[in-house]
Amino acid sequence: MQEDRRPTRNALPILAIALATLVFAGCGGPFPQSALRPSSDFATSLDDLFRGIFFWAVIVFVLVEGALLVAVFRFRDREGKREARHVHGNTVLEISWTIAPAIILVLIAVPTIRTIWEVDRPTTDPDALLVEAVGRQWWWEFRYPELGIVTANELHVPVGRTIDLRLTSADVIHSFWFPRAGGKRDVIPGHENHLWFKMDSVGVFPGQCAEFCGLSHALMKMEMVSESPAEFEAWVLAQQRTALGTGDTAPPQDEAAAEQEEPRGADADPQDEVTEQSREDPLGPELRAILTAGNQAFMQSGCIACHRIAGTPAAGVLGPDLTHIGSRRTLAAGILENTPENMARWLRNPAEVKPGVLMPNMNLDEDTIRTLVAYLESLK
Amino acid sequence: MAVKEAAAQHAAGVHTADHESTYSGGLWSWLTTVDHKRIGIMYAVFAFFFFCVGGLEALLIRLQLGSPENTLIDPDLYNQLFTMHGTTMVFLAIMPLSAAFFNFMVPLQIGARDVAFPRLNAFSLWVFVFGAFFLNASFLFGGAPDAGWFGYANLTSTQYSPGVRIDFWVLGLQVLGVSSIAAALNFIVTIINLRAPGMSLMRMPLFTWMTFVTSFLLILAFPAITVGLVLLMFDRTFGTSFFNPAAGGDVLLWQHLFWIFGHPEVYILLLPSLGIVSEVIPAFSRKPLFGYPFVVYSGILIAFLGFGVWAHHMFAVGLGPIANTVFSATTMLIAIPTGVKIFNWIATMWGGSLRLKTPLYFAIGFIAMFIIGGLSGVMHSSAAADLQQTDSYFVVAHIHYVLFGGVIFALFSGIYYWFPKITGRLLSEGIGKVHFWVMLLAFNLTFFPQHYLGLHGMPRRTFTYQEGLGFEAMNLMSTAGSLILGFSILIFLWNVFHSLRKGEPAGRDPWGGATLEWAIDSPPPHYNFRVEPTVHSRDPLWAQGGLDVDVNDPRAPEPHMPSPSWWPLILSAGLVIAAAGAVAKSLPVVLAGAAIVVVSIYGWAFQPLER
Repeated sequence: MQEDRRPTRNALPILAIALATLVFAGCGGPFPQSALRPSSDFATSLDDLFRGIFFWAVIVFVLVEGALLVAVFRFRDREGKREARHVHGNTVLEISWTIAPAIILVLIAVPTIRTIWEVDRPTTDPDALLVEAVGRQWWWEFRYPELGIVTANELHVPVGRTIDLRLTSADVIHSFWFPRAGGKRDVIPGHENHLWFKMDSVGVFPGQCAEFCGLSHALMKMEMVSESPAEFEAWVLAQQRTALGTGDTAPPQDEAAAEQEEPRGADADPQDEVTEQSREDPLGPELRAILTAGNQAFMQSGCIACHRIAGTPAAGVLGPDLTHIGSRRTLAAGILENTPENMARWLRNPAEVKPGVLMPNMNLDEDTIRTLVAYLESLK
Repeated sequence: MAVKEAAAQHAAGVHTADHESTYSGGLWSWLTTVDHKRIGIMYAVFAFFFFCVGGLEALLIRLQLGSPENTLIDPDLYNQLFTMHGTTMVFLAIMPLSAAFFNFMVPLQIGARDVAFPRLNAFSLWVFVFGAFFLNASFLFGGAPDAGWFGYANLTSTQYSPGVRIDFWVLGLQVLGVSSIAAALNFIVTIINLRAPGMSLMRMPLFTWMTFVTSFLLILAFPAITVGLVLLMFDRTFGTSFFNPAAGGDVLLWQHLFWIFGHPEVYILLLPSLGIVSEVIPAFSRKPLFGYPFVVYSGILIAFLGFGVWAHHMFAVGLGPIANTVFSATTMLIAIPTGVKIFNWIATMWGGSLRLKTPLYFAIGFIAMFIIGGLSGVMHSSAAADLQQTDSYFVVAHIHYVLFGGVIFALFSGIYYWFPKITGRLLSEGIGKVHFWVMLLAFNLTFFPQHYLGLHGMPRRTFTYQEGLGFEAMNLMSTAGSLILGFSILIFLWNVFHSLRKGEPAGRDPWGGATLEWAIDSPPPHYNFRVEPTVHSRDPLWAQGGLDVDVNDPRAPEPHMPSPSWWPLILSAGLVIAAAGAVAKSLPVVLAGAAIVVVSIYGWAFQPLER
C-alpha cells in the first residue's frame, strides 16, 4: 500500500525540524536569572540534583521513544504481511518493566531525599546573617534587624557568608525567588518561612515573585547585590547613617540613630568629618535651596503617611523606606532604572508604571516633582 | 429481490430510514432528549466550542507574551484570560469532551440500550452547559475571575478581590461539580448493572474500565473542592474568616483542600485518554491489548495513588522535610504504573500489523508526547529540584505535554476513531494526517521552549517580562507555534465539515474493531442493540465466528426507549438561576431558583419513564 510508505518519507525531515527546535529552543541569553547558572551553595545542590535526574530522564527518553519508533516502523502493515499473532501478554516481561522503572526511581529518590533534608531544615551556621524579607503587593521589604537597616527591593549580601532569610507577608501569598541563589520559598501571611544560602560569587542577580499575587505580580521584582565583605561593610555603614541633606529642616535625629553613631565616633571614623563638612554646607546655595524645597514638599504632600526617611518626621510604614532611595539601583521593585527621569515618571502617576499600586496619584505639579526628584535622588 | 437487497444492506450496515431517526427531529427533540447518543453529541459540540474559547484565550496570552514589555493586553485582562484559560480547558473542554465519549461509547461498548438513568444524564448535560455559560457571562458583568484556576486564598478574599469576579468562579465551579458528580454516579451504576451477559469486569473494554475508574475519582475528589468553595463562599458572603490570617484563619487550608481535589482531577482528565489509546492501539495493530490485566490494574493504581500526592503542588510552601520526603516518594511511585501502560502499548504494537490510519497517528503522537510530560513530571516529583521548577514556565511546559500532547492528542485519536460510528461517515484520512503533522510540530514549537524559559527563570502567570533576561527569542517561538497550533484546529474543523457531507460511508465496522460498538449500524439506531449480545471474551468481534446472535436482527421486536422530558432542562436552569442570585446577592432570585428546582424535582419524579 502506497499510503503506508508515506509516513517514512515525511517523518525524516519532520524529525529533523523537531530536533532543530530542541537544539535552538535554548537560544537567547545570557540568562541572568537562570536556575541553570547556580551561584550559591543552595542553588548548586539543587542543580546537581536536577542534572542527575535529567541524566536518567534522557536515558529513559531515548530508550522508550526509540522502542516506540522501532515498533512503528518495523511493524507497519505492508503488502503480503501476515496477520498479527494474537499474543495476550507475557508475565515475565511485564514484571521486569515494572521493576526497571522502580530501580531508576530509587536512584533518583536517594539523592532527592538527601537534598531535601539538606535544604529544608534551618541553617546551623552560627555566623549567619539574619535578613527579614516581607512580601507586599508588589514590592519587597528587606530588614537587617542585627544591623538596624530597612530597605526595599535591593538585597545586599556579603559573598561567602550564610544569609538566613525569615520570610513573611504583609498581604497575600508571594514567593521569594532568586533562581541563581536557589529554589523558591513561598511567603505566606500568617506563616513564617525560612530560607538560607551562601553566595559564592559577586555580582547583581535579578529575582522576582513566583506566586501569582494579583494585578501587578509580573512587576514584583527585586535584585540581589552580592559583594565582597569589605564592600558590604561599606554599604552597611552608608545605610546606617542618615542621608546627606535630610537634617536641614528636620529636628535632631532620634535617639536610637544617635546611639548607633556614638561608638563609631569613638573609633575616629571619617564619617564624623563628613557630618562636620555638611554643617559647612558643601552643596552650595542653589542646590541647597532645591533640596530644602523638595524636603518641604515631601513633608507636606502626604508622602510621610506611608514612607519613612530616617532623620526626618517621615515615619510611614506602608510604603518602602526611602532613607537611602537615592542609592538604590532601581525604582518600583526592579522595574525602572533609578534615574531622575524615571523617578519623575513614577511621581507623575505611579499606576501608569505599576497598575493597581497602593500609592495614589498625588496630582503633583511639575515644579514639585522636580524638587521632589532632586531631594529623593540626594538621599544616597 | 427486494428482500435480498434489504438483507445485503442490513449485512453491510448501511443505515435505513429507521436508523436516521436517531438524530432527526427539531430543536425541541434535542432539548428534551434522554438518548445517551444525542446527549454525547451535545456534550462534544459544547465542549469543542469551549475548547475553542479557551484556545482563543491562550492565543491572546501568547500574543501578549510575544515580545517583552508588550502592551497589547493590560494586566487586568491578562489575569482574567489566564484564569479563564485554565478553568475553561479543565472544566469546560477536557472534562466534557471525555464525558461526550463516556456518553456515546460506554453503553455501546457494554451492549446496553442507554445509561442507567437517562434523565439524570440529560440533567448532567444541561447543568454543564448552563454552568459553562454562567461562568463565561462574568466577562459581561465587570470581568471574569482573575485569581488563577487554583484560586489561592487569601487573594480571593473580598479585601484583595472585591467585586463579583470570584463569586462567579465559586458558584460556577459548584454548579459544574453537581454535573460531574451526577454523571459519575450514573456511569458507575450503568457499568455495574447494564453490561451484556457474559461481560465480566475483566472482559470490559479498556475505555469502559477507565470511565469506571474516572467516575470513582470524580465522586471522591469533588467533595474536597466543594468544601473549599463553601468555606470561600462563606468568607466572601457572610464575613467568616476561614482563610483570613489576620482573624485567625489559615490560607494553607485552601491549598490542601484544593489540591486534594486538584491532583485526582489531573487523573480525571488523563484516565479517559489512557482508555481511548488502549482501544485504538490494539484495533490498528490487529492484535489484542498486551497485558490487559496489567493495564487495568495500572489505571486503578494511578487513580488510587493520585489521592496521596496532593502536597507535591506545595513543595515551596515550607511544609518541612518530612512532608516533602513522603510526597516526593508517593509521587515517584505513580511513574511505575504509568510506565507500565506505556510499555504495554508499545508491546501491543510490537509484532502487530500496524494500519497507520489517522486514529493510530494521534495515539502514537500521544505516547510520544506523554513520555516527555511524564519525564518532566518525575523531575517535579523531586521536592528539592522542584523548588526551582514550581511556578515557572517549566511547569507550564509539563502540564501542556500531559494535557495537550497527552490528553488532547488522545481525544483527537478518539474522535477520528469513533466519528464514523457516531455519524456514519469517515473523516478524511488525507486532511486528518495533515492535521496531525501540523498539530504535532506546532505543539512542540509552542511548548518545548517553555521548558528552557522556566529553567532560565521565567515565572508563570506574569503578563510581561523585561528585556535582557534572555526570554525574548523563546517566547517569540512559542507564540509563533501557538498560532500554527490554532490553525491546526481549523484544519480539523474543515475536515469535520467536509466529511459530514462528503465523507466515505463508514458501514458498521470501518476499522475491524473488536468491541461491541462495531457490531451495530453507524449511526446506531436509537435503541442501539435490537438483540442483546452475549459476550464470551475480551474481544468479542475478533472471536471465531463473531457474535453468536445477530444484534441487528430486524425480525426482533423494536425495544421501547424512555420518553423525552423537559424536567432535566428546567431543573438545571433553576440551579443556575439560584447561583446567579447568589452572585448578585439577591435573596429573591436565589429563592426563585430554588423554587424552580423543587418544582422540577417533583415534576420529574412523577413523570412516567415511558408514555
